Amino acid sequence: MTGIQIVQSANAVPERVVPNDELNAYMETSDEWISSRTGIKQRHVSTGQTTGDLCTSVAMQLLNQSGWRASTLDFIIVATMSPDYLTPATAAIVQGRIGAQNAFAFDVNAACSGFIYGLSVAEGFLHATGSRGMLIGGEVLSKLVDWHERSTAVLFGDGAAGVLLENKAGGKSAILASDLQTIGNLGNRLTAGYQPVNSVFTTDATDKHQAYFEMDGRAVYKFATHQVPESIERAVQKAGLLVHDIDYFILHQANQRIIDQIARRLSQPSDKFLSNVAHFGNTSAASIPILLDEAIRNGILQRGQVIALSGFGGGLTVGTQIIKY
Amino acid sequence: MTNDEIFSKVQAIIVDQTGEDADKVTLTTNIKQDLDADSLDIFEVINEIEDEFDIKIETEEGIETVSDLVTFVEKQLADKE
Repeated sequence: MTGIQIVQSANAVPERVVPNDELNAYMETSDEWISSRTGIKQRHVSTGQTTGDLCTSVAMQLLNQSGWRASTLDFIIVATMSPDYLTPATAAIVQGRIGAQNAFAFDVNAACSGFIYGLSVAEGFLHATGSRGMLIGGEVLSKLVDWHERSTAVLFGDGAAGVLLENKAGGKSAILASDLQTIGNLGNRLTAGYQPVNSVFTTDATDKHQAYFEMDGRAVYKFATHQVPESIERAVQKAGLLVHDIDYFILHQANQRIIDQIARRLSQPSDKFLSNVAHFGNTSAASIPILLDEAIRNGILQRGQVIALSGFGGGLTVGTQIIKY
Repeated sequence: MTNDEIFSKVQAIIVDQTGEDADKVTLTTNIKQDLDADSLDIFEVINEIEDEFDIKIETEEGIETVSDLVTFVEKQLADKE
């Protein structure tokens, strides 16, 4: 057991809110159809802010709230599947902008499980050498969405949120257990952002891969509703707990129906499953920290409570962290 | 497994997924129309049935009533043996 504590949390989402009805202007869909099948009512969409901009805003808030100087950070990790560039990493952009000159910085891409995978990586560093780290999940998915494709466009939103982590001797908070799984042979069920090979040496100019989101919704739904409960059960067992010992479940916010189904499969009351998918849609790696931050700010989460964080999505990836907040 | 046993398991799954009363879910019930289920409800019911009986249901075509589901499950179970 480690004494790693979530010291502060913060979020930054674009101001522009797009309600379901507004999507009618770009595709044939309806609020009734979207909300009954997904629980999503609106999403925040960037009008120009990049993932790096949103993550920097989160980082500045985290420093202000904690009073930590940027120079005391040992590392910055950003979980994202929609970085500004392939290089520099989004985390390096944040590091430069906030002046965290002593922090090494890099991105983690595990799609919607990114924050969970990132937490595992951060835990390793905090254990080994460091004492203070920053972990942010940030996405501008609107640039990866075909805004005329109703089967995917209605699902996604933009945003970022993150936490400051500290390894405290004798602290009561802890990361109790984790479970990370990847099922790469199902990777083609959910893809976005294909990078075409397009050089002077390319022999075949016809490349059928899509730059925009493509998803086999039913396969992903099935994957999530089966794999997430199993991942939570494995992590809970590693922590030496039972599922009903978990005070709150903070799952990746992809679809309310998936969350409800997971609650049912775990035989847990739905009010233990926090949700804000109605307001933000699916923000991939940002969804778990946005919900975590909201729960902390609203006073729902209290120190000492045991929380299960669980992500699932592209890769396909699934991951759970059991933490004592 | 008898048809009655298959029916009662299928009925329990539909009741659990749709929140309908058990007496409203009979063999002649049309899942879409009588239970006001959308395509995702039916998909969820089929997912649960696949897990419960350890079978694969590749398509929802031809499945309208509870009786259709029971017959489908019965056939799949017979093919497995």
